[in-house]
Amino acid sequence: MGKKIFFISRRMLLFVAGALGMLLLVLFFNATGIFTDYIVQIINISLINVILAVSLNLINGFTGQFSIGHMGFAAVGAYTSATVTTLIAKVTPRLPYTEFININGYIVFILALLLGGIVAAGIGFLIGFPSLRLKGDYLAIITLGFGEIIRTIFNNIDYVGGPRGLLGIPKFSNLIMIFVITLLSVIAIRNLVFSTHGRALLSIRENELASELVGVNTVRYKITAFTIGAFFAGIAGGLQAHLLQIAHPTQYGFLYSILVLIMVYAGGMGSITGSIIAAFALTFLSEGLRTALPGLGDLMHVKIGDEWRMVVYSLLLIIIMLFRTEVLMGMREMKLLVPEEEEHHGQHA
Amino acid sequence: MDSMLSLEKVTHYFGGLKAVSNFNLELPDGALYGLIGPNGAGKTTIFNLITGIYTPTEGSIKLMNESIIRKKPYQIVHMGIARTFQNLRIFGSLSVLDNIRISRHYTVGKSKHTGNRKHKESSDLVQTNLFDSFFRTRNYLKAERQITDEAIDLLKLIKLDDVMHEQAKSLPYGKLRKLEIARALATHPSVLLLDEPAAGMNPAEIGELMDLIHFIRDNFKITILLIEHHMKVVMGICEYIKVIDFGETIAEGKPVEVANNPRVIEAYLGKEEGKCS
Repeated sequence: MGKKIFFISRRMLLFVAGALGMLLLVLFFNATGIFTDYIVQIINISLINVILAVSLNLINGFTGQFSIGHMGFAAVGAYTSATVTTLIAKVTPRLPYTEFININGYIVFILALLLGGIVAAGIGFLIGFPSLRLKGDYLAIITLGFGEIIRTIFNNIDYVGGPRGLLGIPKFSNLIMIFVITLLSVIAIRNLVFSTHGRALLSIRENELASELVGVNTVRYKITAFTIGAFFAGIAGGLQAHLLQIAHPTQYGFLYSILVLIMVYAGGMGSITGSIIAAFALTFLSEGLRTALPGLGDLMHVKIGDEWRMVVYSLLLIIIMLFRTEVLMGMREMKLLVPEEEEHHGQHA
Repeated sequence: MDSMLSLEKVTHYFGGLKAVSNFNLELPDGALYGLIGPNGAGKTTIFNLITGIYTPTEGSIKLMNESIIRKKPYQIVHMGIARTFQNLRIFGSLSVLDNIRISRHYTVGKSKHTGNRKHKESSDLVQTNLFDSFFRTRNYLKAERQITDEAIDLLKLIKLDDVMHEQAKSLPYGKLRKLEIARALATHPSVLLLDEPAAGMNPAEIGELMDLIHFIRDNFKITILLIEHHMKVVMGICEYIKVIDFGETIAEGKPVEVANNPRVIEAYLGKEEGKCS
């Protein structure tokens, strides 16, 4: 058993330190101009995708349910938090006409973010119920339908902008804010997964009947997985809305949900490390192709438009899936995410 | 208290089919009973009724005079009935140790439960909840350590400790059967139901299994009910045998009595001639 500093083990401290080091590096590169604001923005989006992928992994990868409407939860979180900051409290990151940081504004933002997470969790709790009766493809259809319902509801509520979307959301999300919240989310889910409760979730994935018959309340745990997964998706949605400064129904469509699902699968079902890597890799790949494709076209003296981006992107995904069925991480975890006392016990090493 | 588990006039229909009919069973504390019968006789259905997977159409099932009817399967496990499966249901991609630790999971979050008469240590298990696991509190880590230590102790006892870090599905068949029994034991049951534990085993493994079952009964002081097709196992270790066919009890008694019972012979020979498919 490693030495503990408060609740944090030495290894977790190392993980946090490593992550902070990377953050400082990015901030440094940004300040010196090596990383443009565009690259920082891609990193921001990647970090938000990390939360989305890891939280979906909790439902799909660890608990073995098949949810494909994850962006529905994100939409709930986004609209809830943005309604609070933009329409109700009307706070801004800086005090009016000054450069001073509006601390009250940030407090409102954090509370709004949490509220978004909680409301999304409430919806996740409700969506958890069909999962008690349905499995696999059937559950997927339900969650897909749910995602579309959420999207359509926001599309029809005029108070939050309807089809125009909710505009003028204050830009509270920045790299440091997103980084800290992503880090906390990853640690929270990692702690849950490497616990007796996490093992209960895994046992449902492995064999639901056997799980019930060694005393796991499978009903409760499946709903718990949906609730917690939805909570973090809601947080991610809130962060994203306050980064892009808009919440628009089309942002939360089926395609984005599938993208998150692909991150989970490409990274490895049941691997937090895999989800993190895949979220970064696929976000950068998708953005990188924007400049790489026309560049490639110039080299070959043909014109390759941006519309070919998704073709190449999807092709690359197919190749990844074909040649690495174990995908990036399989079910393994990087060592820093495995608790010391678990190192030899679980298969996660 | 002489009767650990009692089934009274248990009847179960699947649609119009009477799978179990008027089944009675009194399982005394510490007994080792066998339940035999040809394929499709309703043996596994009886196990499914006891473990709460099905609710009997009629009749009562009591564990230590407490009715378990309409209880959820996991609640019945908490009350003290554990089982294994005819076709293995192992948590394949988890480690052997994790397979065992999952069984101990439910004691976390409740400081006392009814099924641990014989295992004092589990009643001292610290309460933890989701919050504790998020923040990895002192209590939580203590409980986790306790679960791990207990699981390792059990694996040592069953002699599976040499493979405890292996992925469960990589084990040979005989060890998987053993693992499933260990996993059931880890729930600290009062009654253990074994559904064809010797299925698919070679003669050497069967010998080992019989030793293991005796060992478990004597060491853990558990009441055991087992379904088995291998007559060598049933006749060798059971004190009392119940024979069923088409959901009805056709004979019961000591192994020797049952073996010479003409109805039993008929039921089994009938099966060989293709009476039931």
